[in-house]
Amino acid sequence: MEEPCPDGESEELTESEESVYSGLEDSGSDSTSEEEEEEDPEEGPGGRSPPRIHAKGAPRKSKILENDSALKENEALPAQNEYEEDSSDEEDIRNTVGNIPMEWYQDFPHIGYNLEGKKIYKPIRNKDELDMFLEKMENPDYWRTVQDKMTGADIKLTDEQVALVHRLQKGQFGDVHFNPYEPAVDFFTHEVMIHPVTNRPADKRSFIPSLIEKEKKLAWEQQEPAERKLNFVPQQYRCLRAVPAYSRFIHERFERCLDLYLCPRQRKMRVNVDPEDLIPKLPKPRDLQPFPTTQALVYRGHSSLVRCLSISPSGQWLVSGSDDCTVRFWEVCTARCMKTLPVGGVVKSIAWNPNPTICLVAICVDQSVLLVNPCLGDKLLYGATDQLLESYVAPEEERVQPVQWVTATMEEHSRGVRLVIQHSKAVKQVTWHGKGDYLASVVSDNSSMQVLIHQSSKRWSQNPFRRSKGLVQCVLFHPSRPYFLVATQRYVRVYNLLKQELTKKLMTNCKWVSSMAIHPGGDNIICGSYDSKLAWFDLDLSTRPYQMLRHHKKALRGVAFHRRYPLFASGSDDGTVIVCHGMVYNDLLQNPLLVPVKVLKGHEITLDLGVLDVLFHPTQPWVFSSGADSTIRLYT
Amino acid sequence: MLMLIPIPIPALPPTRPSRSPCAARVAPMAGAGRLWRAQAERGQPGGLQRTGSTRAEAAAGPWGGWRRKRRLCILKGIYPHEPKHKKKVNKGSTAPRTFYLLKDIKFLLHEPIVNKFREYKVFVRKLRKAYGKNEWSTVDRLKDNKPTYKLDHIVKERYPTFIDALRDLDDALSMCFLFSTFPRTGKCHVQTIQLCRRLAVEFLNYVIASRSLRKVFLSIKGIYYQAEVLGQPITWITPYTFAHDHPTDVDYRVMATFTEFYTTLLGFVNFRLYQSLNLLYPPKIDGQTDTELKPVEGKEYAMDSESYLEKLSALSASLARVVAPTHEDEVEMDEFLVEGETAEQMDARKKEQEALEKHKKLFEGLRFFLNREVPREPLAFIIRCFGGQVSWDKSLCIGATYDVNDPSITHQIVDRPCVEKQVVGRYYLQPQWVFDSVNAKLCLPVADYFPGVLLPPHLSPFVTEEEGDYVPPEKLKLLAMQRGENPDEESEEEDEEAEEEEGDNDREEEEEEDESEKEEEMKLKKMEEEKTQSNKVLPVKVTAGKLRLEDKQRLEHEQQSEEKRLAIMMMKKREKYLYKKIMFGKKRKVREANKLAAKRKAHDTAVKEERKKSKKARRA
Repeated sequence: MEEPCPDGESEELTESEESVYSGLEDSGSDSTSEEEEEEDPEEGPGGRSPPRIHAKGAPRKSKILENDSALKENEALPAQNEYEEDSSDEEDIRNTVGNIPMEWYQDFPHIGYNLEGKKIYKPIRNKDELDMFLEKMENPDYWRTVQDKMTGADIKLTDEQVALVHRLQKGQFGDVHFNPYEPAVDFFTHEVMIHPVTNRPADKRSFIPSLIEKEKKLAWEQQEPAERKLNFVPQQYRCLRAVPAYSRFIHERFERCLDLYLCPRQRKMRVNVDPEDLIPKLPKPRDLQPFPTTQALVYRGHSSLVRCLSISPSGQWLVSGSDDCTVRFWEVCTARCMKTLPVGGVVKSIAWNPNPTICLVAICVDQSVLLVNPCLGDKLLYGATDQLLESYVAPEEERVQPVQWVTATMEEHSRGVRLVIQHSKAVKQVTWHGKGDYLASVVSDNSSMQVLIHQSSKRWSQNPFRRSKGLVQCVLFHPSRPYFLVATQRYVRVYNLLKQELTKKLMTNCKWVSSMAIHPGGDNIICGSYDSKLAWFDLDLSTRPYQMLRHHKKALRGVAFHRRYPLFASGSDDGTVIVCHGMVYNDLLQNPLLVPVKVLKGHEITLDLGVLDVLFHPTQPWVFSSGADSTIRLYT
Repeated sequence: MLMLIPIPIPALPPTRPSRSPCAARVAPMAGAGRLWRAQAERGQPGGLQRTGSTRAEAAAGPWGGWRRKRRLCILKGIYPHEPKHKKKVNKGSTAPRTFYLLKDIKFLLHEPIVNKFREYKVFVRKLRKAYGKNEWSTVDRLKDNKPTYKLDHIVKERYPTFIDALRDLDDALSMCFLFSTFPRTGKCHVQTIQLCRRLAVEFLNYVIASRSLRKVFLSIKGIYYQAEVLGQPITWITPYTFAHDHPTDVDYRVMATFTEFYTTLLGFVNFRLYQSLNLLYPPKIDGQTDTELKPVEGKEYAMDSESYLEKLSALSASLARVVAPTHEDEVEMDEFLVEGETAEQMDARKKEQEALEKHKKLFEGLRFFLNREVPREPLAFIIRCFGGQVSWDKSLCIGATYDVNDPSITHQIVDRPCVEKQVVGRYYLQPQWVFDSVNAKLCLPVADYFPGVLLPPHLSPFVTEEEGDYVPPEKLKLLAMQRGENPDEESEEEDEEAEEEEGDNDREEEEEEDESEKEEEMKLKKMEEEKTQSNKVLPVKVTAGKLRLEDKQRLEHEQQSEEKRLAIMMMKKREKYLYKKIMFGKKRKVREANKLAAKRKAHDTAVKEERKKSKKARRA
């Protein structure tokens, strides 16, 4: 008993320790037990009287009974004190630090301050592991010894306290004498008596008129007489004899007269439109097939929201980047995760090289763009890619570059990372040029360094813009012509990279552009915005949107065009992907035909986010969507 | 039970000026539409005259004061116009102001009656002066030469054809009927009240003679009548016959001005209507009945001159004709196909005609007797309109043709809970029967209308339910009855059957309990058996899969609705707004109908429960 026990002892008791055993001192009472007297010398350093522990809420009586019979005369006094102790203010009167984590005093010799403001020192503990072990082995009361966190002293629980703990652990009542199964006493007999059980008078509402009716009538009376639906109070009479005269008869005739000679007269034309006629006549979705209609596969594996998707040009592999700091490679047809690449940061954007002869994926992680060879598919192909990268010969003279090109370390190389392009700020988007050599990255920065164009074969980067024209949201390469599209918050600017000039500035009519996609033909652009609009631009037609589609209820996160079929899709925070038929005609006189064909549901909304990215399969009419519910879904 | 609850009041023209036929008719006469534009071109601000800005301004007008102008406007049927651009004509202000077309005002000034008004004003001034100077001879002279005016030419001007006048008769009739019930003290001239009474009675007599009444409705406001005169529906309302408590916030002068015009109009119309039926005007009671009546009551009842109107207003006697009616008139006309009308349409028209004829003879051959507590005039009018004969207590009113004890009486209208002395051979009915029968176009079964019985709801004939509206079951029953079915018996039988079934159910329940116990035992046994079996056989089972049938119709429907949803997504913003608004209105209509239906259902079940309880109590 004398030896204090180490921290974290008596595992079964630790949880309830705080609440159940808060040491209390009965300063006035002289009911000190033997043990406490023995403890006294040990507590020397604190210079304090030992704590008298008893369970809070446990009946005080039992303790007293157990005590010396000589104390019986004092019975009245503790009985009074019983309630005083219940107060939380007086729970601990020695240590004044309050209800704080006691770890804060770990590195100090003291454990708090007493009422006089003097330090309370920790009891001396000079036992090492071995001593503790020995104590554990030797001390028969070791299991019932707990440490008082507030004072640091070891306390041996009495039998009653142990029994109480056991009872509470079993979910029984703390009081031994409490009988929860008292015999039930009927408060009235089951026999039918002549008098009612209660002689309660009937409710007031049973004989006064209904309040609701009254309120209705009041509302009617308060209304403007001209606005009333019925200008009289409906009533019911048993027979014709009971029907009274209508008191407002003369009034009404008079008002009619006034209307006849005082009211300006106008013929009010009521719109008589058949609502069915208002619905535009569109070609039936059935005739516009193929388009994805049903959810086919769910790719599970990520543990956090999946921000971005990309697909290999062959359509066999899918890559996804997520907030759980991994990039996963999936086989499209089987939904099998082929590879998991931990990248050590949130993946903001991901892009698979569109060139089928190069097997390379660009991944945005924090401040760098990783060029990863996934080593999937044809061995020759990805081998060739590696060779291509290794064949790079550094130029003689060092050129000044806005970024640093770093070759991956061996460890990284083994995981597939080949090159790291280190930017000065966090990168938020990366996109490849159609030929697969150039790639553009967007840095979340307010300076002119927002957009960078890199050439992977020469490991050479440049900053195409001298001045920033606003916060760049995303960039795109034109699929066939040397154009470069930059979407800022409200505008999309089309630059000619060869002539190095601004070609067009498209007004999106949106508050904040979120995403952009370009038609493979190159003449049409769609822009999704956070104000739940989708703008379709016909570059030949105008710089204003040809059509604004307000199909979604919440912010759009991703838009995509199909490479072959006349389809485009938009994913939104409302958890839906809307697939539309967007036919573009070669005939310049014919405007594009936009028809929504399917609303795809499946993603659950988590954290107010639904679908984060959409992507079409390069060859099939399939659409992928990644969502905040950490799944990727394939609709076919 | 007289139901005067939410049943909508007929779509009367009153209180909606924009729909008033008057509006349509006055405008072309004044050439308002054309002039408005012409004046605007001339650079005048919209061709509008501002009035009512200040009293002084109004008084300074060329017609001399607002009050006189008001009178002129009422008589001439001139009303204000709402300018298209309020700011333009009101010096940039949008304060509420009344605008008249300048043309209209000029038109008023050319009215010869303006001079008459002026003369009258002068006359009043002179008279006052003479009174003040105590020049009695002058007073007498002035009084002898009191200027008078007539409104005939205005009536002619406002209603170029007779049909126009008929279309505008609704307000005139309602007003005349109201004025005829006024007390002959104070509020307006006694002559006006008497004139109104005479004209109203004449019109009622015409309706009786032509049998043109179509619909009647006892509403909370009064009794609505609809007659079809020369193809025009004419609707008017009469108050219940009680003394009015005259409101203080009503300007009786305005009403009197209107009445002045309406009486003139109604006088012309009555004359023309009587002529069209070859009746004498002023109306004369048919010779035979006249002589019958005279010796009995004429002298003791009232003065000769008064008793004449009284007798007329009793509505019990038929009117004298200029030419005695010959039955040759009733020879069927040859029928020609109207152009563009198919044979089917003609058949339908023919059927309608027949139904109308039948309706007109609804009470033919029936003899009614009205008890004294029953409102005599409306009932007598209605019964006579449909060919019935009617009489009342001699002491109640002049013109009673037969006594209570007449054995030939078929229906006695009673409005008290029970009748002490009942005569065999006649129905004792509540007055609602007459009204409901007229509206239903057939003599309804009398059982629901016996004295003291809870009456069926009184449905408005002016309401025509469209598709999707809530139709009360009583109306459905009525419609079925009109079609010649007899749903009453069926439903009653059903009720009884249902009740019997319920009774059976009570008995069966006990049996079921026994059975269920047995079943449970059986189940337990089976379970035990299975348990014993399962020890031997593996508890693996292969159950036959269920063939899931695809509901093709549902699929189709779903696809269609999806297509529609997608198409709605592509609507333009404005159109979408309109579409949503329309759809909301439609849905609200449905919701309201459903609400009414649910309310009705709840009420019906409550009533049924009550009945069941009372039945059980009776059994016990």
